[in-house]
Amino acid sequence: MAGLELLSDQGYRVDGRRAGELRKIQARMGVFAQADGSAYIEQGNTKALAVVYGPHEIRGSRARALPDRALVNCQYSSATFSTGERKRRPHGDRKSCEMGLQLRQTFEAAILTQLHPRSQIDIYVQVLQADGGTYSACVNAATLAVLDAGIPMRDFVCACSAGFVDGTALADLSHVEEAAGGPQLALALLPASGQIALLEMDARLHEDHLERVLETASRAARDVHTLLDRVVRQHVCEASLLLGD
Amino acid sequence: MKETPLSNCERRFLLRAIEEKKRLDGRQTYDYRSIRISFGTDYGCCIVELGKTRVLGQVSCELVSPKLNRATEGILFFNLELSQMAAPAFEPSRQSDLLVKLNRLLERCLRNSKCIDTESLCVVAGEKVWQIRVDLHLLNHDGNIIDAASIAAIVALCHFRRPDVSVQGNEVTLYTPEERDPVPLSIHHMPICASFAFFQQGTYLLVDPNEREERVMDGLLVIAMNKHREICTIQSSGGIMLLKDQVLRCTKIAGVKVAEITELIQKALENDRKVRKEGGKCGFAESIANQRITAFKMEKAPIDTSDVGEKAEEIIAEAEPPSEVVCNPVLRTPGTAQVGEGIENSWGDLGDSEKEDEDGDSDEAAVLDGLKMDTGIEISNHGNQDAPIVLSDSEEEEMIILDPDKYMKKVRTQTISTKQAAVPSKRPTKKRKKKRAVD
Repeated sequence: MAGLELLSDQGYRVDGRRAGELRKIQARMGVFAQADGSAYIEQGNTKALAVVYGPHEIRGSRARALPDRALVNCQYSSATFSTGERKRRPHGDRKSCEMGLQLRQTFEAAILTQLHPRSQIDIYVQVLQADGGTYSACVNAATLAVLDAGIPMRDFVCACSAGFVDGTALADLSHVEEAAGGPQLALALLPASGQIALLEMDARLHEDHLERVLETASRAARDVHTLLDRVVRQHVCEASLLLGD
Repeated sequence: MKETPLSNCERRFLLRAIEEKKRLDGRQTYDYRSIRISFGTDYGCCIVELGKTRVLGQVSCELVSPKLNRATEGILFFNLELSQMAAPAFEPSRQSDLLVKLNRLLERCLRNSKCIDTESLCVVAGEKVWQIRVDLHLLNHDGNIIDAASIAAIVALCHFRRPDVSVQGNEVTLYTPEERDPVPLSIHHMPICASFAFFQQGTYLLVDPNEREERVMDGLLVIAMNKHREICTIQSSGGIMLLKDQVLRCTKIAGVKVAEITELIQKALENDRKVRKEGGKCGFAESIANQRITAFKMEKAPIDTSDVGEKAEEIIAEAEPPSEVVCNPVLRTPGTAQVGEGIENSWGDLGDSEKEDEDGDSDEAAVLDGLKMDTGIEISNHGNQDAPIVLSDSEEEEMIILDPDKYMKKVRTQTISTKQAAVPSKRPTKKRKKKRAVD
């Protein structure tokens, strides 16, 4: 891996992008009829599917119900064929447990949970193909699904990852760039207020560079927001056309 | 057992204190609790105490075959356990959310930051590598588990020595510590976690939250850094909204704290090395010997005693001498005597004097002794008339009076000596009473 040049002298990355450039994002809302809300997103080769049920009555033990807000239940799984090596278990290992926790935390902060006391909102996310930035793809897909379900949120939650190579901050890392072992940061942002719902970073990065990487990630997250906003508007347009006002 | 919920009063009180920039344990906003590191007799075993939070770290190793995609790298494994011993709310043998979060954080902090050279753990590429296993046990939970656990993990790894091996052809020879000195792991840097608790939607910030503070916090930001000010992990949790400036400020604080802790760790390791070299005693037993389990230790609470003397005198001056009561003992059966029932109680006497004494100070211990002695004598006097053996009710001693006359004399000399030292009080009246009783 050491020989791989992640950033050429001309400032191009392995897949031909510029440092701050995103991969192509394609998204659709309302892909399932059964669920209250659903969405599918492709960020480059990373593909994720999100389904939202709720708000509904608490399932299972009633003791879990919260008297002042809704319970957000998140489950993450990645398909056995999603990575280069076939995975043995699609969910239940430490990493996917952690991912579920992080998703839950992100959406607990973003959804106006106090509007639905004693109820439950389920968010199920599945990654079909993992090519870097799984967390951000999951968050973006889940945001669209929650919007599709019509659950009130403070704002969009847009997530993006960022890395740091040769003194340059890179936005939206692909699998190759992640595997090189450089620092990587995932950020979930509420674009209107600039608040960070979740921040996560791995590997070594000097303190002085943090600000630049953060800046790159939040700019990329704002770009994602622009794209998702367009998807939502288009979806609403189509839906209202079908209703035939 | 479920965790006892915090009452609304407690919650409000804690939050108010935080708003006023006060902490219940008297720390400042950016202060850590005191950190104590002690080592076990074996290499790779340590206990880290962060205030009252206590984590035991133990490193072990074995030769295993490597993972398929990493043929030349050793394996690092971390496991944190939250036993019920630490807090009753922890459930045994269940992967709770907290446990998953802490374990992943540790893994990311120590494995993903590549603080240990895993390639040096390779013995035969593709066949045999060392697996280093770090077991962390939480022994007592008083908040901020992750900081204590990360310190314990890195200290244990630094302290650990693995057995030496040699490879000749396809043969791997493992040497016992007697044959060849065990070798330490090669450690590039020491990542240490620093936790920041946020309150009131991020308005207030505290470093190193204790258990109570953790219960009322909105969210937590954990930053792992090393002393070169390189960030190894950042993780925010809880439903808080952070701003970029807050994150940057926290990394600055974390840098300072981590540098301090690293220095402490290095000092502790150095100390241990020295002790071991000199052949001194080491191990947990040594490190706690000076604080015996039976010793009653109380923290000193400073009380202003400057005007106690005056106050006591005032009280004594104001107090009225108790009415003089002489009671007749009641004889039930031969050999027993009773004072009190059906007649006016003279014990009120004692009650009064005790109350006064509580107001006084240790200066007046002499007086207290005197008074107690007096009551003792009174009883014994009553008893003397009928029974030779009397058990005094005085707390100090059980008196068995065989020779009443001799005993009287002794007591008299004692009271006289106390009188010289003590304050002028209503002793004279007491004395009078006693004398009469004796007469």
